[in-house]
Amino acid sequence: MTATLTPPAPAVTPAAAPRRPFALVRHSLALAGRSLAKTRRTPEQLLDVTLQPVIFVVIFVYLLGGAVAGSQHAYLQFLLPAILVQTAMFASTAIGVNLNSDIKKGVFDRFRSLPIARSAPLIGAVLGDVIRFVVATLVLLGFGTALGFRLGNGILLGVAACLLVLVFSFCLSWTSVLIGMLVREPGAVQGISFLIMFPLTFGTNMMVPTDTLPGWLQAWVKLNPVTDVMAAARGLMLGGPVAVPVTHTLLWSLGLLVVFAPLAVRAYRRRT
Amino acid sequence: MTYAFQAEGLVKRFGTTTALAGVELAARPGTVLGVLGPNGAGKTTAVRVLATLLRPDAGRATVGGFDVVRDAEQVRRRIGLTGQYASVDDDLTGTENLVLIGRLLDLRTADARTRARELLARFDLTEAAGRPARTYSGGMRRRLDLAASLVGRPDVIYLDEPTTGLDPAKRDDVWHMVRALVAEGTTVLLTTQYLEEADALADEITVMDHGRVIAHDTPADLKRVVGGQTIAARPADPARLGDVEQILATVSGHRPESPSRGVLTVPVPDDRAFTEAVRRLADAGVTMTELSLRLPSLDEVFLTLTGHGADATPTGHGAADRQEVAA
Repeated sequence: MTATLTPPAPAVTPAAAPRRPFALVRHSLALAGRSLAKTRRTPEQLLDVTLQPVIFVVIFVYLLGGAVAGSQHAYLQFLLPAILVQTAMFASTAIGVNLNSDIKKGVFDRFRSLPIARSAPLIGAVLGDVIRFVVATLVLLGFGTALGFRLGNGILLGVAACLLVLVFSFCLSWTSVLIGMLVREPGAVQGISFLIMFPLTFGTNMMVPTDTLPGWLQAWVKLNPVTDVMAAARGLMLGGPVAVPVTHTLLWSLGLLVVFAPLAVRAYRRRT
Repeated sequence: MTYAFQAEGLVKRFGTTTALAGVELAARPGTVLGVLGPNGAGKTTAVRVLATLLRPDAGRATVGGFDVVRDAEQVRRRIGLTGQYASVDDDLTGTENLVLIGRLLDLRTADARTRARELLARFDLTEAAGRPARTYSGGMRRRLDLAASLVGRPDVIYLDEPTTGLDPAKRDDVWHMVRALVAEGTTVLLTTQYLEEADALADEITVMDHGRVIAHDTPADLKRVVGGQTIAARPADPARLGDVEQILATVSGHRPESPSRGVLTVPVPDDRAFTEAVRRLADAGVTMTELSLRLPSLDEVFLTLTGHGADATPTGHGAADRQEVAA
């Protein structure tokens, strides 16, 4: 390295306004607003979360319901809370795909050249995706209710179930963000995300009670955190034990967030 | 000497490719540094290091005295970046794009809105302010992009090939804006593939090739080194080629050449010879279909400086690298 002159004292005043507190929160919310504006302009992005829950309800309840539960109505009650979880999980895979293609555009260069935390654009994108979960939940509950689904535990606990699923998906989103940062192509992000999501969602007692499964599969179902989330959603929406599955769900959510959010931000920093 | 930005011994490798092999760049406050080179010379990589988007493998760079690696946050408060590909959000409107940047720069929402309005007016985008940037033309996007990099009133602006792909009229708009920025005291780093552009805007020019600096000079001295300018002339009536040849020979002191049928070219030491040629041709009553004063192309510059031509031929300007004069 060449010998250098003493760096001159910065004479100019900072270009931007003085720092205000809670910068990360403010910047993340501003960027979440960007995601919402984009969703408003391109509502077709919501097609998956709108149609997918409807299609899954129809397939499972009418195709399998008669054989599995003997009654389509009883099966709808059993299945719908689990489909809520499944829909939210599938919806959370989109963010990795979107960020992966977004990051290649110049606008992320702009974000990187601004004096904001590196994590802000990622947190903003995850927060902005909340709209997808809200739409998916409303469509699913509306369609389910039309078919005869009833909340057995009152509205408040039903809302609590939706919020719990939202928290879990929000934390799970960070795995999708991480994949989106590590993989080169959006198509590959989609493939890998689903590879992970399928055993997590369907390797549960979502469709049939655990004791009907072979031993090795029972072991996986009991280990799978999504089983807890589905149990918590069923407990809150229909009645039944809630303390243990809700606690497990919150602990798993925290764990996912603490592990994957920093990894995702680190991967974003390293990506050039 | 105090520099607004300074890079010393920058090295950046991508795998086995060396994008920067020890690059020095610097500009005094309120001046324009033109970085001239073909595609792949390392211009964009150097800009990305100075904009804190890339960490150099060796060497150091400072902006306003702050190190781009250690004090990246301070550097980011002082810079604006306009890339070769406009970095605006297509789905957001012009206003939304600028307000978002303002809020990320910690302006209060009302101030961000005011600033957005000012900039949209300045860049002649007020009418399009409410439309998504997706619907903008190339020139409008470039202007919005430039506006976005000015929201924070930066001390230093990086313009990475700001006129590539723009037609001559749009290019003149960008030149005009660059001059206005400099008049306000902003320091500009401008990368370009066109000597004419660097000549028109820059106080000093750094020529890059294969990740190295191969020349650094004022535009006037650089032109002296690479052989000045050329007059090209085509009379409307081929019968008058003889008269034209004689006039060009008189003003330049060289014997004109004919690179293609009906056209004569002759090297001239400075612009005065061109004015003289225009006057004499008019006096002689020769009608011209083409009469231009041409700077050496990037290829010719590289041929002189390195002994080989530029690897990539610049495209997109066409007739823009000629100063056309109707006679």
